[in-house]
Amino acid sequence: MDSHVAQLQMQYRNYILSLYQQGFLDDQFTELKSLQDDGSPDFVAEVLSLFFDDCVKLVGNMARALDQTGTVDFSQVGANVHQLKGSSSSVGAKRVKGLCINFKELCEAKNYEGCVRCLQQVDIEYKTLKAKLQDMFNVSVIIVHMNPVSVWDDFNKIILGKE
Amino acid sequence: MARDGGVSCLRSSEMMNVGIRGMESPPLDVDEVHVLAVDDSLVDRIVIERLLRITSCKVTAVDSGWRALEFLGLDNEKASAELDRLKVDLIITDYCMPGMTGYELLKKIKESSSFRQVPVVIMSSENVVTRIDRCLEEGAEDFLLKPVKLADVKRLRSYLTRDVKVSNGNKRKLPEDSVTVNTSLPPPPPPLINSSDSSDSSPPLTISPESSDSYSPLSPVEIFSSPLSSQLDEEDDVLTSSPESSPAPEESPIRRQKMESPGLD
Repeated sequence: MDSHVAQLQMQYRNYILSLYQQGFLDDQFTELKSLQDDGSPDFVAEVLSLFFDDCVKLVGNMARALDQTGTVDFSQVGANVHQLKGSSSSVGAKRVKGLCINFKELCEAKNYEGCVRCLQQVDIEYKTLKAKLQDMFNVSVIIVHMNPVSVWDDFNKIILGKE
Repeated sequence: MARDGGVSCLRSSEMMNVGIRGMESPPLDVDEVHVLAVDDSLVDRIVIERLLRITSCKVTAVDSGWRALEFLGLDNEKASAELDRLKVDLIITDYCMPGMTGYELLKKIKESSSFRQVPVVIMSSENVVTRIDRCLEEGAEDFLLKPVKLADVKRLRSYLTRDVKVSNGNKRKLPEDSVTVNTSLPPPPPPLINSSDSSDSSPPLTISPESSDSYSPLSPVEIFSSPLSSQLDEEDDVLTSSPESSPAPEESPIRRQKMESPGLD
């Protein structure tokens, strides 16, 4: 049983590291994790949940703004991109943030096709991140269930270098 | 919860007594620091609220400049001398907000007799020097680059407790003591406000592992001590070995310590 737990923990650790290495997450995510403690054990989940709500809302706004027959209000699209850039930056969603930076430029250039393509990428990207983080949380739940030691202790040790 | 968009006081029963207008002062301890946080982004409100609570501040978070003025009792013309002064020790506000910007809010606060002494800190996702200067000239105490980190908030907290009064003329002053950082990295330029080198603050140089091709499988500790290449602007080459030689505070006086660390790649 212990070796199974250890194996899962190893996979979990590697999974988290890969998310950083592949550029899904940046140090702001680490920062958020460090703000979580026993007194606020759901902090990260709460912030991420709000972030993904934001994504749904803002992507919807942008899709509607780009779906006009006639003139597209690029400043409105841009305003939504700005908001998404802000919240993705605040949670450490590095790829989403990067796309938003491109997206902003496309809005300023009033590049319609570019904006539509970028919006599709943003949509895919936030959903991908959501799935990956969900996997991460699911594995962590399994590990916690199998092993009373908090999986976040492991995370803290690995990611934050704390002992 | 902070989700309702209005005045929100997360998990703070004392703060529930604080009203918009016409209510008595909240029963706060004299020693407790009360911060008014203003940000139109819900995600950012939750994060800044958490950061402030961790540093033992009471927080009231609102979603707009108008709500902030409403909370402070500044939203009408008549003098509210009969109202008990709300105890607000710090106002931290986002710059880019619909309706009223953080800059406009700053001006209104500095124009008020009741709250002009309260330090106002501006947050922004954009490192625009003219913006920073304009805010400082208008009386902002500090300028934080988003995403805001715990080290930034701890720095604010440190000069609040020490009750530093900084006038506009002193804003360019450099502190004499250097900031404590990781020994493996050179010290960053010191914050403009004379903050103490709070040794318990996490090193400002928390770095993200950039997903570059040169990325080899390092140990996690190594990953997170690799330098951050400055994404934002070119003027961040401010590596110095002593605080006195920090360059050109007139150009970008206040920023988070993001910088390039040549030679450590």
